[in-house]
Amino acid sequence: MASQSGTKPSHPNKGSGSETVQSRRTFLKAAGAGVAGVAGLVAALRPLLELESGQITLSDLLQKHYKELSKDDLDRIMARLTEKCEQEYGVKPNLRDVPAGDGVEFGYALSLTKCVGCRRCAHACLAENNQSRNDEEDINMSYIRVLQMKKGALNVETSDQYYTGEVPSDDTFYMPVQCHQCRESPCTRACPVEATWQEPDGVVVVDYNWCIGCRYCMAACPYDARRFNWGKPKVPQEVVNPNQNYLSNRIRPSGVVEKCTFCLHRTREGRYPACLEVCPTGARVFGNLLDPDSEINYILKNKRVYILKEDSGTLPRFYYFFG
Amino acid sequence: MIRSYLLFLLRCGRVALKGDWRYHGWLAFLFIVSLIGLNAYMKQLVHGLAITDLSNDVSWGVYIANFTFMVGIADAAVMLAIPVYIYRNKSLSDLVIFGQLLAVAAIIMSLAFVVVDLGRPDRFLHLLPGIGKMNFPESMLSWDVIVLNGYLLLSVYICGHLLYSRYKGHEPRAWFYVPFVLFSVFWAVSLHAVTAFLYVGLGGKPFWNTAIVGPRFIASAFVSGPALVILAFQCIRRVTAYKIPDQAILTLRSIVQVAMFVNIFLLLNELFKEFYTDNLHVSAAKYLYFGLHGHYSLVPWIWTAVVFNFTAMILLALPKSRSLRYLNVACCLAIVGIWIEKGMGMVVPGFIPTSLGDITDYTPTFNETLICFGIWAFGLLCYTLFIRMSLPVLEGKFTFSNAGDWKKRDDLRLEESVSRTTNPSA
Repeated sequence: MASQSGTKPSHPNKGSGSETVQSRRTFLKAAGAGVAGVAGLVAALRPLLELESGQITLSDLLQKHYKELSKDDLDRIMARLTEKCEQEYGVKPNLRDVPAGDGVEFGYALSLTKCVGCRRCAHACLAENNQSRNDEEDINMSYIRVLQMKKGALNVETSDQYYTGEVPSDDTFYMPVQCHQCRESPCTRACPVEATWQEPDGVVVVDYNWCIGCRYCMAACPYDARRFNWGKPKVPQEVVNPNQNYLSNRIRPSGVVEKCTFCLHRTREGRYPACLEVCPTGARVFGNLLDPDSEINYILKNKRVYILKEDSGTLPRFYYFFG
Repeated sequence: MIRSYLLFLLRCGRVALKGDWRYHGWLAFLFIVSLIGLNAYMKQLVHGLAITDLSNDVSWGVYIANFTFMVGIADAAVMLAIPVYIYRNKSLSDLVIFGQLLAVAAIIMSLAFVVVDLGRPDRFLHLLPGIGKMNFPESMLSWDVIVLNGYLLLSVYICGHLLYSRYKGHEPRAWFYVPFVLFSVFWAVSLHAVTAFLYVGLGGKPFWNTAIVGPRFIASAFVSGPALVILAFQCIRRVTAYKIPDQAILTLRSIVQVAMFVNIFLLLNELFKEFYTDNLHVSAAKYLYFGLHGHYSLVPWIWTAVVFNFTAMILLALPKSRSLRYLNVACCLAIVGIWIEKGMGMVVPGFIPTSLGDITDYTPTFNETLICFGIWAFGLLCYTLFIRMSLPVLEGKFTFSNAGDWKKRDDLRLEESVSRTTNPSA
């Protein structure tokens, strides 16, 4: 029931001359505003000129999810990534995609009694996994955080990640934390695009070419195990690890999440994770949970085992033990 | 049919840009701030999120804070619809449209805040069902994508139908839109509940993992949304000839009043649980309200919010706030208070201390702040244009029957109203 006022069909045409002047002025004004608007828009978009060529390419945009790639697709993508790594980081990687083995479920245990807090594991992780770093002391992107904790309780809130000086110090003990490869993983549930999932051997991986960078998985993780590439990763040529794998340690693109994969490119071929190999005290035990005779199963059966944040119901494949 | 609809859109577009120098000045101001924000975002796009203050410890910040707040604003629409369609309060019936338009603008802003937070916005297609690989129903974020876009479509449809019917000169046909309005009431509540579940569902974050987050979100949304609509109404009354009765504003006032009481009651519930129990999970709340181990960055913010919210509650409780000036003050305080409380005061402490007990402060960088201002300006620009094009339709000055010689006619007709038209939302 709109009011019908002022809907008479026609108006007498008055003073067409002045009307032309008027409409020309209006037109000029509108055109001026339009030009200013477009100029402003172009100016605002100027930073795009700094975009490196190849930072965002059509083939990246059209790439399918890892699980939907055919062998040929994957080979082509890996060839492209190899070339890119060589161009941008000066090292030609041996990029592969090692599949999970049958009858394998990886488990990891760490002795809180033996660990002395030397952080060699955290540094070895960086050397193995091609994370970004500002200098050689920078282990912010390492998948391992070593907590120095006050004796008397197992409370992470008393912990210090940035301790310096000689280790081990008297009033403290050490607890390295990395991805727990949970059976009930809150991170994979959180991901809105299935860019992260549990592999058949229990390792939680990320498809770096599918992740949209929303960081919901980081918020979901109770162990702070995930890292984000805030910018393009900085990996100096001389420290690039050329032995790379698609779902683990290849150099990541900017703007995606990464995490510990139990060094699946090593462990799936029967080697130990880099952090275990470097540990000077033998605090770390790694193996196949499905093999009843494995060392990890011996620990789980015979030692006093502690599960960090057990109340969160994540059922980790990473255990702490005493002794 | 389609031609006349396209003509309607074209005419709306023309009308939206008509106005006197003050109106154009306001549009130009908002446009320039939007461009500054766009420029800042382009820098972020090139250099990555490294130019924010976000870190592996505090991985969400002011973008997600604003996103959460704007989802609440979008809920405001239903607070106009409920009195009209459920309680048959006719004083608001013409005004429902302003709430729906605000919802549209707010959802556009929410989506923009999510996009600027993404590390790989170029891969947003991965979120779409069919084309991408949406993790539905597992991921609460995929739910949020659905409810946000669904709500946007619903609101656009309702606005479009109401305005187009007016334009065609008949009452909107109830069957074509009332079911949608009722559905959108339900949808709006779900929208904010789902946004709350985004946080509540994370068992590893005790500050968020509490059932009260959902009710608090909805209570605070029903304060901040209608409060913003009240301010918009006051602006419309000031700068245009369009009549908005006092009664409508006072109805909204009572909504804001009750919602504010509920909001503060729920806040006290939460504070009691946190501080009386005083177990290990209290540390995030301690960081927020009193500082933790020498880190105090959110303390001034949250106490500002507390003072603003309580002052607003007292003002709203007093009969004085029937006078519109006091009501405006109360609304402004409530909006700012709630922005802090459910934005920065909700998102950031979730990460402090981190799951491993580390404390890293977070303060948005200049570039982040510019992006936020840009999105706010763009949202206001949208809302201004939406209101500008709806007013003549609602006033009946702009109808299908005068579409014949439409250009000239619109110009003439608008000149009359233009003299009193500037910005509708200061």
